[in-house]
Amino acid sequence: MTTAEIDALTLSLEVALRSVLFSLPLAIGAAWLLTRRRFVGRTLLDAFVHLPMVLPPVMIGYVLLLLFGVRGPLGSWLHQTFGIRLAFTTAGAALATAVMAFPLMVRAIRLALENVDRGLEEAAATLGAAPVDRFLTVTLPLMAPGVLAGAVTAFVASLGEFGAVITFAGNVPGATRTLPIALYSALQAPDGGAAATRIALISFVLGVGGLFASELLARALRRRRGRE
Amino acid sequence: MLNVDLQLRRHEFTIDVKFAAPTPGITALFGRSGAGKTTLIQLIAGLLRADTGSIDFDGQALFNGAQNLNVPPHARGVGCVFQELRLFPHLNVAGNLRYGLRRAAPGALRIPWDRVIELLDLGALLERRIWQLSGGERQRVALARALLAQPRLLLLDEPLSAIDSAQRSAVLPYFERLRDELTLPMLLVTHHFDDVVRLATHVVLLDGGRMLTQGDLPAVSLKPELGALLGSEGIGAVVVGRVESVDANAGLATVSLGVPTGKERLLVPSAALVAGRTVQLQLLARDLILATEQPRGLSVRNQLRGTVTQLSADPPHNTLVSLDAGGVRLLARVTSAAALELQLHVGQPLWILVKSVSLRGHAVHGP
Repeated sequence: MTTAEIDALTLSLEVALRSVLFSLPLAIGAAWLLTRRRFVGRTLLDAFVHLPMVLPPVMIGYVLLLLFGVRGPLGSWLHQTFGIRLAFTTAGAALATAVMAFPLMVRAIRLALENVDRGLEEAAATLGAAPVDRFLTVTLPLMAPGVLAGAVTAFVASLGEFGAVITFAGNVPGATRTLPIALYSALQAPDGGAAATRIALISFVLGVGGLFASELLARALRRRRGRE
Repeated sequence: MLNVDLQLRRHEFTIDVKFAAPTPGITALFGRSGAGKTTLIQLIAGLLRADTGSIDFDGQALFNGAQNLNVPPHARGVGCVFQELRLFPHLNVAGNLRYGLRRAAPGALRIPWDRVIELLDLGALLERRIWQLSGGERQRVALARALLAQPRLLLLDEPLSAIDSAQRSAVLPYFERLRDELTLPMLLVTHHFDDVVRLATHVVLLDGGRMLTQGDLPAVSLKPELGALLGSEGIGAVVVGRVESVDANAGLATVSLGVPTGKERLLVPSAALVAGRTVQLQLLARDLILATEQPRGLSVRNQLRGTVTQLSADPPHNTLVSLDAGGVRLLARVTSAAALELQLHVGQPLWILVKSVSLRGHAVHGP
C-alpha cells in the first residue's frame, strides 16, 4: 500500500465515523417523531427522510452544493458566522455521506422503536419517571441493539459513498479523496490498474469486516439481554 | 378517601363509573373480564385520560375534566402492579427495584428498602436477571418495585392472574402481610371472589363499564347484582367477626359474628387464625342447612338462631332464603320443595346449621 492509499483508508474511516456520530441523534429524533407522534406533515417528513434512497446521489451532492456552497444561503451564513466551510472539505464529505446514509439509519431505528413495549414505558411513568427520563432509561436501552445495528450499517455504507461526496466535496487528496474516490481516480490514471486492484481489495476487506463486526455485536447484545 | 367519578367513551366501550374507596384499606374492583376494570386502573394511574369527571385522593385532585386538570402519571404518587407485570428486561432485580426508589421524593421514604426486601423475601434474588425468575418471584419483584416508589395509593391489576394456582397460594400471604404491615390504600382488580373475601373489606361491582353497586363486603355480598356475577353456586353472605379463642388441639377457632360482635358464634378451622384478629368469611348459601327445630345427634358444629327476612325464587327449582342471625345477615339456598314442606315464611324463627369444614376464615384489617 502506498501512503496515498493509507491516507484514503484512514480518511474513509474518519468521514464515516463523523457522518454516523453527526446523524445518529438526528436519526433517533426522526425515528421517534415518525413512530410515536401523529402530526400534520408526518407523511411529508417520512418521504423527505427517504429521498436520498430514491434520488441519484449526484443530485443530492448538487443540492448540498447549492445550499452549503460558499455562495449558498446556508453555506455563506455558516462561513460568515462560524468560519465553517463545508464544500470541498472533510466535514463536507462527512455531511454528504451522512445525508446518504440517513434513511438506512432511520429505518433500522424505527424498527427497533416499534418493537419497544409501550407497557414498560407506562410502568416507568407509574414509578415516577418523567417523559425524557423514561426515554433515556427505558426506551433507549431497549432499542439499543437496533440503534447499534443501524449505526453499523450506516457506517459501512458511508465507507462506500461516492456520488454525493465527489459532487459536494470534490476529489481533494488527503481531505475528501475517500476509498471509492481514490479507486475512481486510479481507474482514470493511465497506469492505475495495480493501485485500483489494491484499493478494491481494501474496500472489500473493510466491507466484509464491517458486516462481520455488526453480526458479532448483535449476537453479544442478544446474549447480554438474555432470553426475553 | 379516594373519590372516583369518570366517564370515557370510545368506539368499542364506555366507562361511566362513580365510587368512593375508604383509605387506608383494600377496595376490590370486581367484575367479569371486559367489565372495564383494567381501563379504570389506567384512568386512575393517569395512563389514560377520561373525557369528563374527577379523581380526588385524600382531598387532592388528580384529575378534573371541568378544570382541565390532569396530573401526569409520574407525579401522581399512584403505584401500579400490572397484570403482565412489566418488569424491565434490561435491568436485573435490584435495578428494577431501585428504579422507583431513586425517583421517589426524598422526604417520602415511608416504605424502606430493607422492609420491602424482608416482607417479600427478595434478598436472594437481587442479582438475578428477570428471565431467571419463576412466575411467583416475578410477581413479588413487581410488587416490591411498585412499593419502593413510595406510592400513596397502590393499584393491583389482576396481580395473581399471571401465575399458576400453586404459586398463587404462595404469593397470597405476601399480599396479606403488606396489607397488615403497611397502611397503604390499595385498589385490587380481580375476577376471583375468593381473593376479594381474603383481602378486601370494600368492594365495587363493575359490569359493562358501569358501577353496579358498592359498599362494605358483607353488605354487597347480599345483593342480587353480585349473585348475577357469581352464579348461584358462588352466592353466599360474607360475614365479619372476631376470633375469641383458638383451640389448637381441635384445630378450631371460635369466632363471634358481627361488628360490634354479637352473641352468635361460629367454630371455624383455625388454620392461620389468631385470637383477637378480625376475620372475614363467606358462608356459601348452598352450604347452609335450615331446621325448624333444634336438631340433635348431628356432626354439624355450628347452630345459629335466626329469622327469615325474605324469600326469593332462585329458578328453576330453588329458593333463596335471607336470614337475620342476631344482626348478622345470611343467605341460604334450599330446594323450593323443602321450603314448601317447612312452610318457610318471613319472620319465621329457624335453626341455621353450618358445617365447620365448609368454612375458611381470613384475617382482615378491622377494629
